[in-house]
Amino acid sequence: MPFILNPTAHLDPKILTDKLEKELQRLGFGEGLVEAAIKDKNIVGLCCDLTGSTKMDLFRDAYPDRFIEIGVAEQNMISVAAGMALEDKIPFAASYAVFNPGRSWDQIRISVCYSRANVKIVGAHAGISVGKDGATHQGLEDIASVRAIPNLSILAPADYEETKKATLAIAKFKGPVYIRFGRETVPKITTAKTPFQIGKAEVFVAGSDVSIIACGPMVFEAIKASQNLYPKIKAEVINCHTIKPLDIETIIESVKKTGAVVTAEEAQITGGLGGAIAEILAENYPCPMERIGVRDTFGESGAPDELMDKYCLRAKHIEKAVRQVLSRKRLLPE
Amino acid sequence: MDAEIAKLKGIACDCRIDMLKALATAESGHTAAPMGIMDFLVAMYFKILNIDPKNPQKSDRDRFVLSCGHYAPALYAVMAHRGFFPIKELLTLRDLNSRLQGHPHNLALPGIENTSGPLGQGISQAVGMALAAKIDQKKHHIYCLTSDGETQEGQVWEALMLAPARELDNLTCFVDRNFIQIDGNTEDVVPLEPLAKKYQAFGWHTIEIDGHNFNQIIDGCLQAKSTHLPTMIILNTIPGKAVKEIENDFTWHGKPPTPEEAERFIKELK
Ligand SMILES: Cc1ncc(C[n+]2csc(CCOP(=O)(O)OP(=O)(O)O)c2C)c(N)n1
Ligand SMILES: [Mg+2]
Repeated sequence: MPFILNPTAHLDPKILTDKLEKELQRLGFGEGLVEAAIKDKNIVGLCCDLTGSTKMDLFRDAYPDRFIEIGVAEQNMISVAAGMALEDKIPFAASYAVFNPGRSWDQIRISVCYSRANVKIVGAHAGISVGKDGATHQGLEDIASVRAIPNLSILAPADYEETKKATLAIAKFKGPVYIRFGRETVPKITTAKTPFQIGKAEVFVAGSDVSIIACGPMVFEAIKASQNLYPKIKAEVINCHTIKPLDIETIIESVKKTGAVVTAEEAQITGGLGGAIAEILAENYPCPMERIGVRDTFGESGAPDELMDKYCLRAKHIEKAVRQVLSRKRLLPE
Repeated sequence: MDAEIAKLKGIACDCRIDMLKALATAESGHTAAPMGIMDFLVAMYFKILNIDPKNPQKSDRDRFVLSCGHYAPALYAVMAHRGFFPIKELLTLRDLNSRLQGHPHNLALPGIENTSGPLGQGISQAVGMALAAKIDQKKHHIYCLTSDGETQEGQVWEALMLAPARELDNLTCFVDRNFIQIDGNTEDVVPLEPLAKKYQAFGWHTIEIDGHNFNQIIDGCLQAKSTHLPTMIILNTIPGKAVKEIENDFTWHGKPPTPEEAERFIKELK
């Protein structure tokens, strides 16, 4: 039997070939925001002098009266957004992930989450693939830094289409949300038909030997790894776009079947998706686990592709982790 | 007018007394600045603000944003006297399950507009409310009280820069210029002066008044509504006001009176 993608996920079959297409996730955000704004006049946009690179410019141009240029002041942006949310607006407050939540954490905690203000915090240029700007601009700690704050949902969509869907979904969702996405074009793996629901992880490849649970652009690398390992190893791939609340049910169901886990994210391994999954597995179903992510170090300048290689964020690194976790699985007593 | 001012003064005195009782009962909380701001809060809640304690969510109400959350005991005392909740509930201040959280929380008590405590966020929150009102073409006014020590926070100046740029004439802010903060006199810790000039340089219509003079507070608020700029009103106040032995003493910033002290202070107030 050939390697197949889960048919109910309606993924783009081109991803298994050399003909795969790429697109910017942030374009999905910008287009999604404009589309959401057509339907809901309460949506407003705020940005800190990064309107072009966050693609907030699409919204600004479509709805100039609903866009607030804040200037270089991320803390102010979040509290202003909260004030607007308390007046029934649905603010999308965007900057780079290193500044938002990097600079605005206390405002997110107090003005947004504790106050239950319906603010959508947008962290662009997340991940090491930011590239040449270097470590200062590579948002790697964002997930861990906000994951401990109550009342906040956290999303890391996988590609252009999913970022668009996520943007539309969080516009309708009532409550504080943090959404992160990267700078570069990434493979288009999902299609308009791919199911998307906040808090629901999706099986993209079915398998029985190991569960690879990934978020963001690492979902593509996970699918590649699964394809390369096949047919010797049948690796299940789960797209876990919602890091909080975590889809415990889907994850545990998969892990009960496979008995081994590899997580993959373009973020620090400390406290991110891998950390969240380690926590729930330790409590519910302990089993061997390996984590792929940036390993407690800062990044550096370089081409995005070079950095993804150097920081071990490729399919081949996931494959290695799979072999490692399977060797540990065999050592466990029955 | 004189009779009305006399009435406001009487309410402020009652609020101070009830707040001292609450602080003494809680055995925790801030005394100095809340004593100093009481006259101002009474003027706002009994004279200036368009609010209805029976319908705290009515949509055309004026918004009162407290940025310096540690002033909560004073705000609670005034809200109780204005009818938002029973005066006796003041004695639950800072207790488990109390609606009167140590620092105000928008979801805990009807009538509280925003959450504060971590200093520096209030003007930004108020700017957001003012922007929302502009978009919706609503006519209510947004007021925000900040403290002087808080003004050392960078975020305050971010918000001060933004409000005039967006022509928020529906926003009036106040700074309680009591010259104290935790570590001492503000001018010894990190000087704020010349404060009025700084607000003016940032584009604010700036007024300086005696924060214990009801006529000046009322006039200042009227003036604020007649300019096309956001207005900043500097309230010169005396921390610990009305109890001579604690007035202007920064060591009273964050401690409550003991029951004996509270009794003595209340005698002086009466
Ligand atoms: C962001 C933040 N940092 C520190 C504190 C601790 N703090 C509480 S009140 C206060 C003093 C601020 O000065 P001011 O408001 O003028 O004090 P007061 O007049 O009440 O003495 C400080 C530093 C805080 N609440 N928030
Ligand atoms: Mg002070």
